[in-house]
Amino acid sequence: MVERTSLAVRDLAVHFEMEQGTVRALEGVSFDLHAGRTLGIVGESGCGKSVTARSILRIVDRPGRIVGGQALLDPGTAEEADLIAMDPESRRMRGIRGGRIGLIFQEPMTALSVHYTVGNQIIEAVRAHNDLSKAAARDRAIELLREVGIPRPELRIDAYPFQLSGGLRQRVGIAMALAGDPDIVIADEPTTALDVTTQAQVLDLLRRLQREKNIALMLITHDMGVIAEMCDEVAVMYLGRVVEYAPVADLFTTSRHPYTRALLRAVPSILATPRQRLATIGGAVPHPGARPSGCAFHPRCSDFMPGRCDAASPAPLRPGEAGASCFLEAQP
Amino acid sequence: MNVLEVSDLKKHYPIHAGLLRREVGRVRAVDGVSFHIAQGETLALVGESGCGKTTVSRCILRALAPTSGSIRFDPGQGETVDLATLPKRALRPLRRHLQMIFQDPYSSLNPRMMVGDIIAEPLRVNGVPAAERHARVLELLDLVQMPAVARTRFPHAFSGGQRQRIGIARALALNPRLVVADEPVSALDVSVQAQIINLLLDLQDRLKLSMLFVAHDLSVVRHVSDRVAVMYVGRIVEVAPTDALYRTPRHPYTETLLAAVPAPDPMRRGRQMKASGDVADPAKPPPGCAFHPRCPYAQDRCRVERPELTEVAPGRWASCHRAQEIELAGVA
Repeated sequence: MVERTSLAVRDLAVHFEMEQGTVRALEGVSFDLHAGRTLGIVGESGCGKSVTARSILRIVDRPGRIVGGQALLDPGTAEEADLIAMDPESRRMRGIRGGRIGLIFQEPMTALSVHYTVGNQIIEAVRAHNDLSKAAARDRAIELLREVGIPRPELRIDAYPFQLSGGLRQRVGIAMALAGDPDIVIADEPTTALDVTTQAQVLDLLRRLQREKNIALMLITHDMGVIAEMCDEVAVMYLGRVVEYAPVADLFTTSRHPYTRALLRAVPSILATPRQRLATIGGAVPHPGARPSGCAFHPRCSDFMPGRCDAASPAPLRPGEAGASCFLEAQP
Repeated sequence: MNVLEVSDLKKHYPIHAGLLRREVGRVRAVDGVSFHIAQGETLALVGESGCGKTTVSRCILRALAPTSGSIRFDPGQGETVDLATLPKRALRPLRRHLQMIFQDPYSSLNPRMMVGDIIAEPLRVNGVPAAERHARVLELLDLVQMPAVARTRFPHAFSGGQRQRIGIARALALNPRLVVADEPVSALDVSVQAQIINLLLDLQDRLKLSMLFVAHDLSVVRHVSDRVAVMYVGRIVEVAPTDALYRTPRHPYTETLLAAVPAPDPMRRGRQMKASGDVADPAKPPPGCAFHPRCPYAQDRCRVERPELTEVAPGRWASCHRAQEIELAGVA
């Protein structure tokens, strides 16, 4: 199955210059997003999943700085453009942000202003990316609200965000992300703040919209259940690197990186037996500023090989190829 | 023997409006909740946000004064007391028997106190001599699997999981009769969450803890609790032993909740979504059964007559008119 590659991220590196020294938040991250497919990015806090999203959109906050790599829009075509090479304030980047690439936040209230009605904000987003009159933009906004399953959108358009439930707010957040008719959508923990029945509805909505619009979806989450439910391929991140990349079914049945295996065993399951204990990973995720030598996972790894894993980093994964960045894999 | 017996607990908040601030309605945050916790038992209170589970726990701790109902508590001295009506003064000596584990391990520990002092604080307040305190702190640190040297360090030196261990040690310092844990693992990363879940399981076994475990994550609840009470809009809709509740739910809301949890298994993808709409507003709950607007099994009777919580099988209670006639799907 070969779909159009919408975005190719290559060797993305982001550093945060702190008083205590340089924190390497991303260390050479590569992956592809394909039209009509969902890439899951999973990992624990500090693994760099959100920084990856923000780098692509060029909204990394200081003191963060992109120090290397590319994010190629429409790679291999005549229109290929490197987002990392662009001026983040440029007209072009602004057009891409929200236009080609939509962003869905974890807590829609961070994306929505409390001072304006939902309608005002969506209309503004619609007009930022389309040459429409106010009246036409309002019609489009109502249509967007209907598309994301908001009942009676012609009334809700005049509501303020605080008048809506968490689930409806996230639907508004999704409508905002779709206002510029993007073909790439980055969703950063889109259902983490929602209740489980609402989460199921929002995931369903994302799936439907993706199908209808053939969107390339990048879904960032810490929840292995959401990954299993939604994704085609999965990139597992640990301390700024992709440590494993796999089709979703393989990830859950034959994961290859010790971290992925340990993580899957540590996830509480709705199918657990009473008082079932979980396999644990020793220690905690180190601070990215105190990255261990060699393979960053080696101090917590059950398959740690002294003199090898702590001495050198395993080779990074080649984008699009399933595998693990681990010395247990055949190294090229 | 029951450590706690809650009956017909209500917590209403008046809604005032108009020039004279007359009471125009009531938010029935908790509206007639009854349950018990046996010695050595962990009861989970689950439900979506706004269902009243945290309000119940706060009433038990008397951080809130209940509107009506009783909370019979056995402090282990032969006589039970009603926490619902006890004056604040009389509550003081009881507090040592009733401890709490908090959700956020970052805000629940005083950053200016050394860990040893944090854990010793409840001992000091209750007049335990300094020499005994020292020994007890070491014992508690060992119990929560922390090194003894942690005693002389400040909370900031520890990760979220370690801080949660410190919070648990503090809660256990006085051998409480009942521990109320409100979302104790929901702020933690997966790998750390697994460690704390295992620790709680160990402590339940070793100390025969009695615990009220308030949580929204049904997977976590399946691992740690003996029985589960499901709340919806201020009322308990189902109570059952954990495994029975998950395998064969007897209330349609329980079925809906279970079906909405994404299982970490791509083979189970795309289960049927049954819940439509949002959680009802506790200020104006629907007439009859509060769940009827979202219930796929609702009949005319459900729209007018409120079902009572009744025993549908030995040890299993549900408040559904149709509990005996409908067949509900669980998760095996």
